[in-house]
Amino acid sequence: MSALTSLAKALAVYSMAPQRLTVFRHLYISSTPIVIVPLTLAGETNAPLAAMVGSDRARPNLIVTRQPRERAERLNFAGRLASELLFPIETAAQRTQATSSGPNARVRVVDAPQIWVPNPAGVEFVRTLGRMTRLRQTEGPWAVPKKVRELGIWLTWFAEQAEFADTGALIAATRAVAAVWATGQSDLEDGNLAAQIAWLDPPEGMDVASAVSRAEDPQLCPPAGPATDPTFDRLFLEPALRDLATARTPAAHRAVHQRLTAMLEEQMRPTWELVWTAIGLLADVPEAPRVPKRWEQQRDRFTSFHRYVADGGRPQAKRDNAGRSAHRLAELEQRKAAFEAQRAYDDPLVIADHRLTGEAFSGQVVKVDATRRVPGLRRSVLRPLVLVATGDHIHFDVGQHVYDPARNGQQAVIESVAETEDGWRVALELQNRMGSGQTAKPGSVPALGEDVTYTSVTETFVRRRPWPAREETPWTHGGPAPDSAPAVEDAAEDWS
Amino acid sequence: MSSIAIARGRGFEAKVKADGCAELLRLLREHIRLPVAEVHYHDLNPTDTDDRITSRLRRSQRALQAAVESDEPTGTLFDHPILQLTVNGVQVRIEPDLIAFKLGNQFFVVEIKSFAILDGAADSGKVAAAAQQSAVYVLAMREMLQTAGLDPDMVSDHVVLVCPKDFSNQPVAELLDVRKQLATLKRQLNRMESVESILRLLPPDLTFDLRLDDAGQPTRDPQELATAIFQVTARYSPECLGACELGGVCRSEARGTVAVLGRVVREDLGGVDSIKEAVELATGLREPDAGQRQAAELLRRAYDMREAALGAAR
Ligand code: SF4
Repeated sequence: MSALTSLAKALAVYSMAPQRLTVFRHLYISSTPIVIVPLTLAGETNAPLAAMVGSDRARPNLIVTRQPRERAERLNFAGRLASELLFPIETAAQRTQATSSGPNARVRVVDAPQIWVPNPAGVEFVRTLGRMTRLRQTEGPWAVPKKVRELGIWLTWFAEQAEFADTGALIAATRAVAAVWATGQSDLEDGNLAAQIAWLDPPEGMDVASAVSRAEDPQLCPPAGPATDPTFDRLFLEPALRDLATARTPAAHRAVHQRLTAMLEEQMRPTWELVWTAIGLLADVPEAPRVPKRWEQQRDRFTSFHRYVADGGRPQAKRDNAGRSAHRLAELEQRKAAFEAQRAYDDPLVIADHRLTGEAFSGQVVKVDATRRVPGLRRSVLRPLVLVATGDHIHFDVGQHVYDPARNGQQAVIESVAETEDGWRVALELQNRMGSGQTAKPGSVPALGEDVTYTSVTETFVRRRPWPAREETPWTHGGPAPDSAPAVEDAAEDWS
Repeated sequence: MSSIAIARGRGFEAKVKADGCAELLRLLREHIRLPVAEVHYHDLNPTDTDDRITSRLRRSQRALQAAVESDEPTGTLFDHPILQLTVNGVQVRIEPDLIAFKLGNQFFVVEIKSFAILDGAADSGKVAAAAQQSAVYVLAMREMLQTAGLDPDMVSDHVVLVCPKDFSNQPVAELLDVRKQLATLKRQLNRMESVESILRLLPPDLTFDLRLDDAGQPTRDPQELATAIFQVTARYSPECLGACELGGVCRSEARGTVAVLGRVVREDLGGVDSIKEAVELATGLREPDAGQRQAAELLRRAYDMREAALGAAR
């Protein structure tokens, strides 16, 4: 968190109204999001009870397990979820376009699927269900339908994508909302989707305070799952499950199951609506300029993973080997840094945050030498000098590199820093993005009197040495990892 | 907690403890690699509903100490002992849901938990909580040995954690190093202010007694109890909501203070206590007093930048 965020929270309490944390939305929002609201049985490791899923707010598809404690029924549940999810994944994969018209063009999907769950625990559900299903065999003992294993591979991929800061693949609604608005409650309370949305969109005619206390009553607003409300468990779910286990005839079983379905639907429906409300609220926030480019990269990732799966790719291993962990860690860091920089370049509120922490400054150009040249290796090179007067505290050192968000990250080197009566004077030498001519491209050098911002936050990153190939993983890191083929042992894995 | 989860947790524990802890012994042998041949099983559960905690405590102490003094090579399991820990000179009895296991001249605390270990990893928050809890038991057992003039270091600083494996209810056992938690706990106990000095700050007639009748029903007027509770200032933080039953009460008492937004926000706002004050310092409606200058300057700068950025976007 930062002082700016904390101040926004205080302002939210003071005014009893949510406060914006960013001017733009930095998340891509699909025009056909897929929403999943999952519920699991308490006390078990991922025993799915029910899920509401689909892309049509008015017509959710309801999947209710026939007996959450039975292994076969859990796989059955996965099979039904597979039918709901693999179809939009396949549909998206079929619609492709060329990345360019040149000879090196690749193929990219026109749009990639985007999955929404209510909260981070929903992401965990996706990850665990993926783990539970991807390592099954499709032949031999304990065989599962092919689609169940494929669902497992995809859910695992989505859950892995969700770890990246810039992800648009699998989104927890509470997190997406908290990235844009500060409410007047703590992060912990914001983790309750109903309480969070109560700040942003209280029911007709209700003030925020009453809306929040209503949202905190599990009887009126059931928890967003996957864990169910303990009172609901005791009063309704437990008796229904008992009846389900003791039902003697198919007709009796059907009757109990209908009752179970109705009560679970009642528990999920409010959350389903809340997730759609969250998507709607976010969609109304103007999209940041760099979002489409990032989504393009996400479409590339989806395209290539789909090809991997279509080519019969193996399911992800239970645990990453050394090589893959290192790769992932590097990618996590790199994508996080790039996302942070892109947000800062796009969003005046985000850059303000960096100004407060001394990673950026804004000021006015008081002197420019746009035609300055310095001797280069073979001939002299253009290196304009800009003097900026600023009221921000300067924590930069001479020689440090900073970048201009307004000029697509144009690099400058700090030549000198001097404190004056009314602030600071910073002299900068511009390094690039001025074209290849004798003089600078119009607009590429700030003009006298222009308001400018420079920051040390940068998108460009230093590429590390390439990692060794899997076959060359050193013995210190466990040596080359074996393939993760589904084993009979996994298929027979003990479930309660 | 959900009744369904509790039932499942009980079932799991029963499974591990069935037949004189046969399953647990297998785990200790196969997963922890302890050379256990045969064991005595010592049941310290209450014998009936009248079994008083003090007599159970005495029984537990006797059994554990006797085990130390006899140096039989066989292992001994103590199911559900009562322990005691000195907190600020006051002896607090604890009734941990645990098994103490003695092998050779070492005691191990065994904790049975119902969260799963999936592919060798478990929810880090739950593991941390289990480690913290076990550390209390280790310390209490050490204290007991010490009081009896025995070597406290006989109690291992590694506890045995038994959890369901993956998606099953098959147990697995892992050794959990609780040295860090022990050190923290000791530090906290040492730093704790004595209860007497805290009590001196409160009205002498203050009580939270529920005035239970013979049937165990509270008879105290709720309104009067609430008044008593409000005489003690809440030290609320959002974490209270998940940990304490008074969470909602203390939160409403703390309304309007920065504490309701969490510790980080409090630090970010320079330690200003009241939300109204923080906002007024930020907007310039209030002059900072001497101790607030620095915080006020940061708040003002933040507020101005926020307004400028939002204004430019409007
Ligand atoms: S909620 Fe509980 S822990 Fe928190 S301040 Fe109140 S009494 Fe103390």
